Amino acid sequence: MSDKQEFEPRIIYILCSWCGSGGGETAAAHHLHYPENVRPYRVNCTGALPTVHIIRPLIEGADGVAISGCHPGDCHYNDGNFRARRRVALVKSILDTLDLEPERVWFRYVAHGEGRRFVDTATEFNDHIKKLGPNPLKTRSDT
Amino acid sequence: MLEGLKINKGAEEAVRDLLRSLLESGRVSGVLALGRTGGGNGGVAYSLFTDPDAFGADGVALPLLPFMPANAGGLLSRLTLKGPLAEPVAVVVKPCELRAFIELVKRNQGSPDNLLLISSTCGGVYPLEVGANDALEERLPGYWEAVKQGELDSDIRPTCRACVHFVPDNADITVALLGEADLDTQCALYLNTEKGSAFIEGLEDLQGTPLLGELEAEPIQRSRDQRAAYREELFAGVEAGLEGLIRTFGRCIGCHACKTVCPICYCSLCYFDSQDCEYRPEVYETELERKGGLRLPPNTIFFQLGRLAHVSVSCVGCGMCTDVCPADIPLSTIFSKVGDSVQALFDYQPGRDVTEEVPLMTFEEEELVQVAT
Repeated sequence: MSDKQEFEPRIIYILCSWCGSGGGETAAAHHLHYPENVRPYRVNCTGALPTVHIIRPLIEGADGVAISGCHPGDCHYNDGNFRARRRVALVKSILDTLDLEPERVWFRYVAHGEGRRFVDTATEFNDHIKKLGPNPLKTRSDT
Repeated sequence: MLEGLKINKGAEEAVRDLLRSLLESGRVSGVLALGRTGGGNGGVAYSLFTDPDAFGADGVALPLLPFMPANAGGLLSRLTLKGPLAEPVAVVVKPCELRAFIELVKRNQGSPDNLLLISSTCGGVYPLEVGANDALEERLPGYWEAVKQGELDSDIRPTCRACVHFVPDNADITVALLGEADLDTQCALYLNTEKGSAFIEGLEDLQGTPLLGELEAEPIQRSRDQRAAYREELFAGVEAGLEGLIRTFGRCIGCHACKTVCPICYCSLCYFDSQDCEYRPEVYETELERKGGLRLPPNTIFFQLGRLAHVSVSCVGCGMCTDVCPADIPLSTIFSKVGDSVQALFDYQPGRDVTEEVPLMTFEEEELVQVAT
């Protein structure tokens, strides 16, 4: 077996406390499973997520960062997810301009009731990162 | 409303006369401009002047000096942070400094009330080391000769040579400098706002004829094209990719001077200087275990990526960061390059319009659909 197939990514899954986390709860209620290497990280609202907290995991050990908040129009605080979308777009644009693999950051809406979508997102993102391979940034000691 | 004034004096003299008579007539209580400190061979710094004599022929003020010891946008923010100035003050700043100030005003870090904003079509500024070595004086004749032709001295900041926003956006008064062949004998003042012309109209000692003609003439266009080409050239030299960035930022000594001089970095406590960026011993141990070593001081790339996330959308490309970097990292080039793509993403131009919201403080419901996977 090649190294790539054995590679188990470390994934941070940032979830808002209303929809994203709710999706996780619904998944749990339905006994749906998602990869164990995906670590949920709960924030109050994706609109309250600082850009540095998207970048920092990629430097300190994560292979990918996924972010899930409420669907457009469903934000508990009305517009947090729209603000988050701009911030994610900003971070991706910076990473893209500097050739630093913007595809290691995902943003996807997951509603409270969408347990299946939550599990699918975690699984799909895990597979996607497995294909990409380990994040070179996290292993460098000279950054 | 007066649209402009042509004065039969050299630009330097005309601007000095303008500022002196604004002070003498009491129309402004002070003038913020560059000036010599500590007499003859002292340094150059922005200062608030209240004495009209500072703008006499032998005065200490140097309003048009091509030098930027600090981005005046940040200084203006500092002057007006706690509230607008009580009395009118004229300020003479470069276009990028004005843009920085506008960006800070949008962030509630200053107020343009009671400020008479005077700027010029900019031919760039010299790096700080030129001023520190007292070599500025001898460069000036060559500088102004080049500016008259609409050209740039090759020793000015690289970021100035690559700057395409050298015509001020929000100035009340614009002094035409770049490409003005008769700069030594004539001065054209463009009065862009009612405020600008109100301050000038009927001012004694400042006699001129109404100005005809456009600021956006051929030399301005030509300079913009040349600078845009050089900008591409500079951007092409940025070493992107992880290896390139590690090579570039590997030189970083972690002094954070780039952050200190950046006008857009206005936080009184920077995240990167906060306890959030101090690690407990076990974190260092984990890092060592995982990475097999650790660079100290750590977080060069993280610091710059974080700073890019915070300022790139409003980066005015003044070049202060590159200028102060003791390790010669071309920060301004990297920030301008990333800034261009980020600003294009939000169709935003920093400092263009004070009523335009900073992209990260607003949103559209229908936009950026491609961001969601």
